[in-house]
Parts: sequence; C-alpha cells; structure tokens
Amino acid sequence: MSCRETQNLLHGYVDGELDLLNSLRVEGHLQDCPACAHEHRNQHALRTALRTNSLYFNAPTKLQKRVAANLRAAAKGEPEPRAWPWRRLAFAGALAVVTVVALGLLFIPSRPAREELLAQEVVSGHVRSLMASHLTDVVSTDQHTVKPWFDGKLDFSPQVTDLSAQGFPLAGGRLDYVGDRPVAALVYQRRQHFINLFTWPEAPESGGGSRVASRQGYNLVYWHRAGMAYWAVSDLNLSELQEFSRALQSPT
Amino acid sequence: MQEENKSARFERVVLPHLDAAYNLARWLVRNDADAEDLAQEAVLRAFKFFGGLHGGDGRAWLLTIVRNTCYTWLQRNRAHEPPTPFDEELHGAEGANPETILLEVADRRVLEQALEELPVEFREVIILRELEDLSYKEIANVVDVPVGTVMSRLARARRRLHLSLTARREEV
Repeated sequence: MSCRETQNLLHGYVDGELDLLNSLRVEGHLQDCPACAHEHRNQHALRTALRTNSLYFNAPTKLQKRVAANLRAAAKGEPEPRAWPWRRLAFAGALAVVTVVALGLLFIPSRPAREELLAQEVVSGHVRSLMASHLTDVVSTDQHTVKPWFDGKLDFSPQVTDLSAQGFPLAGGRLDYVGDRPVAALVYQRRQHFINLFTWPEAPESGGGSRVASRQGYNLVYWHRAGMAYWAVSDLNLSELQEFSRALQSPT
Repeated sequence: MQEENKSARFERVVLPHLDAAYNLARWLVRNDADAEDLAQEAVLRAFKFFGGLHGGDGRAWLLTIVRNTCYTWLQRNRAHEPPTPFDEELHGAEGANPETILLEVADRRVLEQALEELPVEFREVIILRELEDLSYKEIANVVDVPVGTVMSRLARARRRLHLSLTARREEV
C-alpha cells in the first residue's frame, strides 16, 4: 500500500470506518513507514485531546426547565386531530408555500457565491491532482479508452474530445469531487503544462459564452454546453487556455 | 389521549438528547444565550414534526433539526462568522511531533479556541465525530452530504486544527 493511499484511508482507519481488509493493509503500512506512522500518532494525539478535554457543553438546567415548560404548552396548544380539517389544510398549504420560498431563498446560493466556491474547489482539485501525483486514474491518450472508463463510476457520461490535432493531447482521466458531487476530470497537456477539465451535468443559469477567472496563479475558463458544466484550469497562460476552450466548443 | 402518547414518546425518544442538541448548537453559534434559544427552538420544532420520525435514531434526527435551525440563524447573522482565509495547500504540517502537540492541546482553552476558529462546515464534522461519536453514515445524514465528503471534510478539518495548534505553539 502506498503512502498516498494510506493518507487517504488514515482517517477512516482512525475512525474505525474501514473494512477489515483495508484496516489490515493500513496497519501493515504503518508498521513499515515511519512517516505515515508519525501522522497516525498525530491524529491519535489530536483525537485523544478532543475527547478528553471536556469540550462537551451540557444543557444548562434552566434550558431543561424551559424546554419542559414549552413542551407542555405545545402539547396542550396543539389542536385536536380532525378539528377544523379545512383550516388545518389551508394552513398546511400556506406553510408549504412559505417553506418552499424560504428554502429557495436559503439554500440556493447566489450565482457569484456558487461560482466563487466552484472556482476554489476546481483550483484545489487541480493542485491536489498535481501535488499528490494522482493526476490520472486512467492513463490514455485515446478518447475511446478514457470515455468508457467512466462508465459505472459516474451517473453521466462525459464527452471526451480528442484535441491532439490542436496541440492539446489527452493524458487521461480521473474521478474527482466538486460542488458536492462526483465529477469527471479529463487531463490534457500543452507542452509541460497540464490542464484539468472538470465536467458534470448542470443546466446553465445565465447566457452562453465562456467566463474566465484567476485564482492563486491558476487560470480558469468555464462554460456550459449541452447541459454540462465545464471548468478548465491550468497554469497555462490565459490566451492558450481560451484557445483550448474554443477548440472544445467548436462543432466537431 | 393521542397527544399524551405523543408527548410521552417524545420525552422517551428525543428529549434525552437535549445535551447533544445544546452541545451542537453551542459549537455552531459559539455563545451560550443563542445556543439555548436555538436548542429550544429546535426541540419545539422536533416536537411539531415528531410524527415524521418512524423508528430511527432520535438523536441523529434531533441533531439534523438543530443543525438546520442553527444554519438558518447563522445565515441571518453572518457577521458572527468571521471570514477565515486559509490556504491549506500552502501550509505544511511537517516537523510537528506528536508529543508537543499533545502537550499543547492539553490546555482546554487553546483547543476550544482553535476549534471555534474553524469554519463552521469543518467544525460541525469534528463535533459530530469526536464529541457525539456519530458514524460517517450518521454524519452524512445530519449534514446532508455523501459519506465520501464526510471523510474528506474530517481529514481537512483535522489538518486545519493540527496546523492551527502547531502555529499557536510556535507563537508562544
């Protein structure tokens, strides 16, 4: 088992969430690898500290009393079942409308906030993929190898385009996690630069066209096409990244 | 008659978890008075919708309601949540040996402060995992994210906590 795999599984191991086989594999690696064993001791020390430092806030007595009193009042105040069914129904209807509106207001983040979040996650995903030398799960320059690899791993089938003629050879593909969902990450190359293209199904919220952004020295180009969101991220200069984006969007 | 049954059942299944409700609320909003109000509001809301709980775990169910109640409050009171610019990719956790960290976090107040400074989405998974001892699956239900996200969030939360504790040690 590699150090990277161990680091990925270590939290599951510490939390007792791994199956027996993986637990044994992690244990075996920890015995052989001082660096990972060190990390494991750190995690263990942190968790012991969290659990033994009486960080738990128990409910104050006055809260217990308040809750008990309010519950009694609530139980009494509740209308008899079947009393005024039409009023209850009307109230339920009104409540449902209010709830739907409130949920809409609360839980749909405004577009710029969501875009900002996605931009951060996409850049993180890109950096992570390069740092941990986990750029690709499937290594192939062939679109017909990469596309089927995603079958059964995602609930959609990403479009994999061959751009070697335009100077962006395909390097492979990877599963990643962006915006709280699994996404496809396609890896393209330009000279020594890697481009991560993240894609997932998403209806466009505004007009077409690509948008650009820059985070932590990385350039981003993102757009919607045919019900899919596309985010390209790279340390490549912006004009070449836009060229990449145009090449992908041009009708083939 | 039916209402009495409902009250009795609620007292048996949900009310024993008032401590858990208050603990989560207290860690999410970080002050006593608001946490009391929110825990109380959540319990009443739980009572109102108690019919919707068929079997299942009363604690995880109550914690879900507490969390939603607190998030609604946090959104209305955003100012309480300081922005926490932090680039974990640029920080390394190298060189911190476990003995030193143990010594450092032996101070409850230091640990509490480091926890309070975590962004709320990281703080909540630590609280649910380490203080409530919920499984990944249960946390996933309360927070409403996939199990895989729970593990990665916990990993990132612990990493941040670790770094922040290490940084504190260096400041001393």
